[in-house]
Amino acid sequence: MLVNHKFIAFETIVIKEVRRFSRIWVQTLVPPAITIGLYFVIFGNLVGRRIGEMGGFQYMEFIVPGLIMMSVIQNSYSNVVSSFFSHKFQRSVEELLVSPVPNYIILTGFVAGGMARGLAVGMIVTTMSLFFADLHIENPLITVAVVLMTSIVFSLAGFINAVFANNFDDISIIPTFVLTPLIYLGGVFYSIQLLPPFWQLVSAINPIFYMVNAFRYGILGSSDVDVYWAFLILAVFIAVLYSGCIWMLRHSTGIRA
Amino acid sequence: MTIAISIKDLRKTYANGFEALKGISLEVKEGDFFALLGPNGAGKSTTIGVISTLINKSGGSVEVFGRNVDTHVYETKLDFGVVPQEVNFSQFEKVQDIVMTQAGYYGLPRKLAKERCEKYLKKLGLWEKRSDRSRSLSGGMKRRLMIARALVHEPRLLILDEPTAGVDIELRRSMWKFLTAINDNGTTIILTTHYLEEAEQLCKNIAIIDEGNIIVDTNMKKLLAELDSQVYILDSQEEIARSPVVELENVNVRSIDSHSFEVTVAGGRSINEVFALLDQQGIQISSMRNKTNRLEELFLSRLNDN
Repeated sequence: MLVNHKFIAFETIVIKEVRRFSRIWVQTLVPPAITIGLYFVIFGNLVGRRIGEMGGFQYMEFIVPGLIMMSVIQNSYSNVVSSFFSHKFQRSVEELLVSPVPNYIILTGFVAGGMARGLAVGMIVTTMSLFFADLHIENPLITVAVVLMTSIVFSLAGFINAVFANNFDDISIIPTFVLTPLIYLGGVFYSIQLLPPFWQLVSAINPIFYMVNAFRYGILGSSDVDVYWAFLILAVFIAVLYSGCIWMLRHSTGIRA
Repeated sequence: MTIAISIKDLRKTYANGFEALKGISLEVKEGDFFALLGPNGAGKSTTIGVISTLINKSGGSVEVFGRNVDTHVYETKLDFGVVPQEVNFSQFEKVQDIVMTQAGYYGLPRKLAKERCEKYLKKLGLWEKRSDRSRSLSGGMKRRLMIARALVHEPRLLILDEPTAGVDIELRRSMWKFLTAINDNGTTIILTTHYLEEAEQLCKNIAIIDEGNIIVDTNMKKLLAELDSQVYILDSQEEIARSPVVELENVNVRSIDSHSFEVTVAGGRSINEVFALLDQQGIQISSMRNKTNRLEELFLSRLNDN
């Protein structure tokens, strides 16, 4: 397949993905905006006023980066897992499999679709946060790099979940029982300094903790971890998950008899 | 002549141990209209699934226009289009988007994709429905949409897995006409069907697969010529008082009702000889049909032999 043909195929997958989540915007874009809006009102505004400062910032300011990152993670993941599983379920994945689109273009297209939704929701949440806090981005480059790499990681993870899923229950187990606890324990609402030493150690093995803190560093200029560790972890996760996805596509795992 | 498809010793054993293909070999020439027939579970769809790379084979080789599907993945995929047995497009997308998306997967620039989309949706009578969601289409329209989708990159080989299943007679005949036209224009077609009349009408060559083995692989005319006898139903415009007298060796006549009778012609006899005798007796035949489909008889006898 020629390079320009590959680009057209990639573009086609991305357009299809963006069209899919835009068509059902009431299910894909509105609910996260409402949920995060409630976090801002209840935790940030009502409870946050009593908490005062966290990590040297007003509590509302402190939680904004974490909440943006939470929405990016959840939506990147859920877009790819639900879309690719729907393709499998409706057998429309066969359209792709009989076509000459290389595996890496299929994967990159779905990941780009996941990133598009994650970033779209992230933008909505960021815009909403402006009503509650003064947002100044200290390190724009780090902020953008972290959010892009994080959305890639969770789009790839969503793809793996979709490949192994056999029914609709299988696509909600990981987000409910793995992703949500990791996000909530990943320092979105508190600084790790508040935890006893043992739980600080436990937090250190949660990869989302590094992503949230690196993003917070990008926006506020303050973090519980060294931002370079976060980049290293993100890069390793991208490499491992991408290789795993390509291996599964090459070996037809979950998609061919 | 170029070989469109060459299958050698193709085997497929599913994860549950079911051996769907037991080493079949087959060749389809370029420009052919080829029928792959067989009872349910015989291995037709598995064969098509392996050719179209939707099913992983357990052994053997498949070549499309001389290129191995394992080593020339992208080139071979450009050469064929597949119309599966089951509807396999998103039920929530618009008709036009489904075809345009498929064109995009094949790297067609947008302008060309639009032209092809319009061309095939018009040819298949779906242009008026282009902005409708696919779930609102009737069963026949969905099948035609799958054909349009498979043709959008204008493949040299079109593989159809029971394309007319559940389609009404009028639509089936219009699809036959369409498929014949694209075959006349040089597209090689491989067809699986349960309608043996369809295979007899359309196809030049035929293979019958049963329990994972090819039991017949021949020319359609040669196969039909193997029939020992044929049974015709003849209808007369006027009432026939008594059963007509046809004293010919290997010809048997049986009255059905006052206007119809059954004629069995065997041993190289021609039905024309029967017409001549009936004419002498003043019996005018208004219509004639085969009692059973000729291919159906052969199909059943070969399956029984197997």
